[in-house]
Amino acid sequence: MNANAQALNLAPLLDVQGVCKSFRKPDGDELVVLENVNLTLRPGEIVGLLGRSGSGKSTLLRAIAGLELPSGGTVNYLGEPVLGPAEGIAMVFQSFALFPWLTVLENVKLGLEALGHPEADMRTRSLKAIDLIGLDGFESAYPRELSGGMRQRVGFARALVVHPNILLMDEPFSALDILTAETLRNDFLDLWGEGQLPIKSVLLVTHNIEEAVQMCDRLLIFSTHPGRVVSEISIDLPHPRHALDPRFRALVERVYVEMTSKPRGDRVGHKAERFPGTGIGTTLTHVSSNLLSGLLEAVSEPPYNGHADLPAIAEALAMDVDELFPVAEALQLLRFAEIEGGDIKLTREGSEFAKSETDERKRLFARHLLTYVPLAAHVRRVLDERASHSAPKSRFFDELEDYMAEDAAEQTLRTIISWGRYAEAFAYDDARQAFSLENPA
Amino acid sequence: MRLDRLPISVLKTRFIPGGWDMLAFMLVVAFFIYVAEAALGLTGSLARLEATPISLAPSALVGYAARTALRMLIAMLASLLFTFTYATLAAKSRRAEVVLVPLLDILQSLPILGFSITILFFLSLTPGRVAGAEMAAVFLIFTSQAWNMAFSFYHSLRSIPYELDEAARSFRLSPWMRFWRLEVPFAMPPLIWNMMMSMSGGWFFVVAAEAINVGNTKVTLPGVGSYVALAIEQRNLGAIGWAIAAMFIVILVYDQLLFRPLIASADWFRLEQEAGLTPSRSWALTMMRRSQFLGLVARLFVGVLNIVGKSGTPVVIRPKGEIAEGRRRIGDFIWYAVIALVGLVALLKAVRFVFSEISTAEVGHVVLLGFFTFLRVGILIAIASLIWVPIGIYVGMRPRVASIVQPIAQFLAAFPVNLIYPIVVSSIVLGRLNPDIWLSPLMILGTQWYILFNVIVGASAIPPDMRYAGQNFHVRGWLWWKRIALPAVFPFYVTGAITASGGSWNASVVSEVAEWGQQHLTATGLGSYISRATDAGDFQRTVVGIVVMALFVVLLNRVFWKPLFARAERKFRMT
Repeated sequence: MNANAQALNLAPLLDVQGVCKSFRKPDGDELVVLENVNLTLRPGEIVGLLGRSGSGKSTLLRAIAGLELPSGGTVNYLGEPVLGPAEGIAMVFQSFALFPWLTVLENVKLGLEALGHPEADMRTRSLKAIDLIGLDGFESAYPRELSGGMRQRVGFARALVVHPNILLMDEPFSALDILTAETLRNDFLDLWGEGQLPIKSVLLVTHNIEEAVQMCDRLLIFSTHPGRVVSEISIDLPHPRHALDPRFRALVERVYVEMTSKPRGDRVGHKAERFPGTGIGTTLTHVSSNLLSGLLEAVSEPPYNGHADLPAIAEALAMDVDELFPVAEALQLLRFAEIEGGDIKLTREGSEFAKSETDERKRLFARHLLTYVPLAAHVRRVLDERASHSAPKSRFFDELEDYMAEDAAEQTLRTIISWGRYAEAFAYDDARQAFSLENPA
Repeated sequence: MRLDRLPISVLKTRFIPGGWDMLAFMLVVAFFIYVAEAALGLTGSLARLEATPISLAPSALVGYAARTALRMLIAMLASLLFTFTYATLAAKSRRAEVVLVPLLDILQSLPILGFSITILFFLSLTPGRVAGAEMAAVFLIFTSQAWNMAFSFYHSLRSIPYELDEAARSFRLSPWMRFWRLEVPFAMPPLIWNMMMSMSGGWFFVVAAEAINVGNTKVTLPGVGSYVALAIEQRNLGAIGWAIAAMFIVILVYDQLLFRPLIASADWFRLEQEAGLTPSRSWALTMMRRSQFLGLVARLFVGVLNIVGKSGTPVVIRPKGEIAEGRRRIGDFIWYAVIALVGLVALLKAVRFVFSEISTAEVGHVVLLGFFTFLRVGILIAIASLIWVPIGIYVGMRPRVASIVQPIAQFLAAFPVNLIYPIVVSSIVLGRLNPDIWLSPLMILGTQWYILFNVIVGASAIPPDMRYAGQNFHVRGWLWWKRIALPAVFPFYVTGAITASGGSWNASVVSEVAEWGQQHLTATGLGSYISRATDAGDFQRTVVGIVVMALFVVLLNRVFWKPLFARAERKFRMT
């Protein structure tokens, strides 16, 4: 392993100071997705950015890649501000982003061509990168002929061939199945450990806690809404790291605790804070009622009996943090469960829900929905008050747009529609784009 | 790895001529001789052209067909050039976009005969020479080809997948590289489809483009179009038959040498990375891939492109971010003000030009004529839908039948309406029928096929599981049509109907008037109004006619077709 102690003494490759990113909403207010982020990357280290979707970690990565300008703060690479895609910073994409009409070799060559290298040099270097990453024999294949794992190897080769100082990885393994991801990760770590990669440092964005603990020397944990670094964890386990090693488990547990300890800033924007009574400005993540029931049932059953460790349940259900957290948080919002210190604990109603039959579940769900989700109560109240007992979607959409971005409002409404339908609290007609009280008989 | 699936540039072996090389070489030589001969004709004088009248002998048709095919090819190249520049500018510059896109929308809805106003301009470029007339003809064909291609390219540029965009930017591709490596390949499949439609459109108006007739200016360029025009004038049925045969052969040659290879190679550019699509086959493409001679030519071409790309100044790739808000606002304000001013001046000028000749009452009358044509188009689209939707669904669910029907429909779409005049005019005269009604079907003659095309595509895209589910639950008869087939093809049908409707308006100019020898029939409508005005060289009336028509078409698209399309997309999409 490239010694950490030595790395500390080296000048930083990358220095991010006070970076903010906000978007302007239609009504002119700012929506903050990234707030005052500091980060230093030194030669020889792999740093992980860990957080849920919406924590702005990908936005930060794009700012470093020079693809998006931050609204505030500075990104310095080798002492120079990053004002566009910099030579020496290369990226590996979650969806591979290969050009389907180019062969493996042509895809890999692309970055060198853009730099204007001579043809012979490009060829040798590309073939070397292809060889290194284990794609020998696939040079003339098209991406469509390759499996996901092989495609991502092309993505790696394409990034490595330009000999970047910094390799940015945007959830590079999340589009792969578990086994393939594991193989690719280990191959990468082997090459990195042997010093075979023509790179100095790695910045990895992920929402997979185990992956982060396995790969990184240092972890920055992001909160959501707005994205902020809430804590930093150093990992000095020797490589190769084993997932069953008690020290590894302890670190995973610690990350879970860090990620669940801080209450999430639910209300977005400033208006909601000024009018805390309304509360309809909460962004709701869409979680289907099947998932809600499923998690409630899983936690209520032995061996958990209503109280489970989140890493354990994530493992048992084979769910990513990004999949598990929204479900757990929706349960918390509906007061069916409480989350604290990396644990999930069912409330009395939560246990009752898990034990009930369909009709009773729906009644319980409806009661909690209308009591604890202000937007649901608001929709119901409007429908009750109107003589026609119906209201267009746009009415609520406009209201929500005061608090959140357009797509967040769209998603929140989708959630409310789905939950409202399950609870039979109100109906929605997609053709007319309108809420109503009439359920089809 | 099958060899014939490799792109041209990968085959890097020594040059040993083979059978495919011989074939390719012969074709290339033949092409150059053919272009050179045609170019010689350009320098001739118009007087000599008039001295050698069009001959109706079938043997003369070979040369005419070659001339017409070349004109179409040049027009197609011009359309591509236009597409690559105009659409790129519209997609890349926010300010250009606000002007260029609506302009394209209008240009697309203008009837091609409207552009005959420009003929005199082209003739004046080379007084007394054939070149000007040839340019005019090519330009007229161009106007029936370019717009939908540009639209298709613009839409593709706007929907480049963001991850490919980010990859291109983060690997610092120059705009030139980005254009050829990312944007053109990505836009290729829909562009090729539009090129094929454009080719059909070009054929449809080939008579109008070659037998130029504006006021006192009459120029007859040697070509299939002029041949047809003369055959109609002389009531020569045999010649009409020969013209149809010649046209069929040219379309076939285009299909084999140009479109088949393009379609087959477009399979590379599809974004879906799933294997399992049956690859299209083309002997011409196989020839190009196997022939090392053509491989050399291709590499030379790519090399030139690369040199051009490198010769520019080094580029700075800017990240997406917020430019100083204030500066942008001021720039926008100035830009919009300039546009508004130019638009206002143009409007004033146009109004003064038109109303110097024409009373407001006549304008009202033209709008009424537009309404008649509107009725015709509406009724015909409805009738064509009733006929072609069930047939299209039937054909689309049977891939074998579809592979036979597709090329036939494609040929029929290119069939110039003038070739039907003999039958229609004779029947109307003999049966003492009302031309206002019985000329109408001509409008939809070439355009109804778009409904058929699209429904076939939609029906063949019905997922097998959905069909099995229908069988499993014994959904049959009307219920099957109502619940499965019709909803599944609806979005496709709407796309086809939009094209058919726009095309029918355009075709009304040549189909509300029909002639066979000395017999002239006219139906009351906007199309015949425009046709009469251009024949008389009456610019004011031509302008009024095409403006009213463009307004009808644009309005119809905005008020009826676009909302319907949006609804179809929302409600009936498969996922």
